[in-house]
Amino acid sequence: MTAPAPDSVAGIAAGLARGDFSAEEVARRFLARIEALDSRFNSYITVTAERAIEEARRADDARRRGSAGFLAGVPVAHKDLFCTRGVRTTCGSRMLANHVAAYDATVVELLRRSGMVTLGKTNLDEFAMGSSTESSHFGPVCNPWDPERVAGGSSGGSAAAVAAGLAPVATATDTGGSIRQPAALCGLTGLKPTYGRVSRHGLVAFASSFDQGGLLARSAEDVALVLGEMAGFDERDSTSLDAPVDDYRARLEAPIAGLRIGLVEEQFEDGVEAGVREAVGAAVRVLEGLGATVRPIRLEYADVGIPTYYMLAPAECSSNLSRFDGVRYGFRAPGVSSVEELYVESRTQGFGVEVKRRILAGTYALSKGYYDAYYGKAQRLRRLIADDYRRAFEEVDVIAGPTTPTPAFRLGDRLDDPIAMYLADVFTVGVNLAGLCAVSVPAGFAGSLPVGLQLTGNHLEEARLLNVAHRFQQATDWHLARPPLAEPAGGTPAGRTQDGGTRGGGTQGAAGASEPGPTPAARGRR
Amino acid sequence: MSISHAEVERVARLARLRIDPGELDDRARDLARILELFDRLAAIDTRGVEPLSHPVAESQRLRPDTVTESVDRAALQQGAPEIEDGMYVVPRVIEPR
Repeated sequence: MTAPAPDSVAGIAAGLARGDFSAEEVARRFLARIEALDSRFNSYITVTAERAIEEARRADDARRRGSAGFLAGVPVAHKDLFCTRGVRTTCGSRMLANHVAAYDATVVELLRRSGMVTLGKTNLDEFAMGSSTESSHFGPVCNPWDPERVAGGSSGGSAAAVAAGLAPVATATDTGGSIRQPAALCGLTGLKPTYGRVSRHGLVAFASSFDQGGLLARSAEDVALVLGEMAGFDERDSTSLDAPVDDYRARLEAPIAGLRIGLVEEQFEDGVEAGVREAVGAAVRVLEGLGATVRPIRLEYADVGIPTYYMLAPAECSSNLSRFDGVRYGFRAPGVSSVEELYVESRTQGFGVEVKRRILAGTYALSKGYYDAYYGKAQRLRRLIADDYRRAFEEVDVIAGPTTPTPAFRLGDRLDDPIAMYLADVFTVGVNLAGLCAVSVPAGFAGSLPVGLQLTGNHLEEARLLNVAHRFQQATDWHLARPPLAEPAGGTPAGRTQDGGTRGGGTQGAAGASEPGPTPAARGRR
Repeated sequence: MSISHAEVERVARLARLRIDPGELDDRARDLARILELFDRLAAIDTRGVEPLSHPVAESQRLRPDTVTESVDRAALQQGAPEIEDGMYVVPRVIEPR
């Protein structure tokens, strides 16, 4: 077994346990790296440097007293859709640009209680509506593998931060693919748990019957370590599942011989870019080499996913976002003379174009005379899609395929074509419609851009998915590859990167930006 | 399919959004494209299919109707645009006679 990378969750936790370095040193190194590099990626909206140092010192104290948990002192970044008491929660929107929540999301609270150190809040598409993190009020996120391309979305900030080594792990949310698609585009491991597995309390709602919190990290092992701390029943979330939490870590090493993998033929056809098909096909052969068996399966209603999702999610969004009225919190338009005008102007000036697009579509679908034809019909189609998966999981243990039809696209390419943007989610929305769990795992490259293998599991099968992903990562090293731009600043040979650190990568930050341990070189088989 | 400006304005009114005259064409086109995408599914027969509104459990859990936590009003109102004596201030709703 390969040792975990020194800047991974597992590697940092092991180093802290051995006393190789302190939590404060780790926090300072990541903060210095953010300072030196993030002007290139825009992955953070808010960096909580002082708080991070404080939390790290507390973790070091706990370790001296012998009361530190395994994750104590390991840094984490939170998608800026999770409420954090005392630190602004913007949702990437002008509407909440200065909003400070009065409480912590359950996920934030659980990870803090485990001793993890919060580095800051990561950038996202406005209210998580998007597939490229270009709709953020705080500007677009750039992909560390190619800064002219998108990092995916909506959790693009979390993905770029981990890919660039600006956090070892980040929380994220997935309503239609928002964890898995950026994971695929940035070469990371991203898990979308079963609907209800992770508490939604304090997670600002976009589409309540789809939203689910999860993680972006380098490896399945890292995801397993952190998921164990944040999964579980929460009485403050009425949709939380009251089911025991598996020991994700203990299940990682189980052999996968005999695993039954289903492949959907249409996911390996012309609509998928050749480089993606080849990488994912090779990944499936690796799993076969580990003893898995592969059989074709049919998802009769797979084509129905995108239109159904883009009817239901906007409907729920239009309802959820009606709470933003300029009265109780968030942006209030100045200079209005009536309550009606207060509502209209606060919403019109506070929301960006994609959010308004979805509110309009959702309001239309829910309005009198159209409800049955649109919203009602979409809910019925959702049942057919869920039934499709239910039948498939009677025959197979996991479904494997590409996470996305293409690798990262160029910034700006799909901004004026909402439907083209929505199609980035073609392989991911089915999982949300059916409430299943799925993980995207680095599976190689199409040219110089990462490709993701999506493994979908039945309800509450997170342990199995992480087990399969971990065995795959023991047989491959795609997840160890590092983008050239983001090699630790201290160890980058001159002239190697495209950006000489012109925008903010001053020498002061770079000097302190070496990793906690030896520098891992890009070890991907490129 | 085409959506009229009047239709966009009707929906915008329901959603409490103002659409600038210059944006009406774009918003009408976007809405039409989303609906067209969905209208392609019209041929799928969904008669007799039970609508699915919650993907895992079919019903939401209830809890006993007891007070379990109290709300710190001052903390919650910290982010309010304008408050006075613990109340939210808005423009006048009822006109004086």
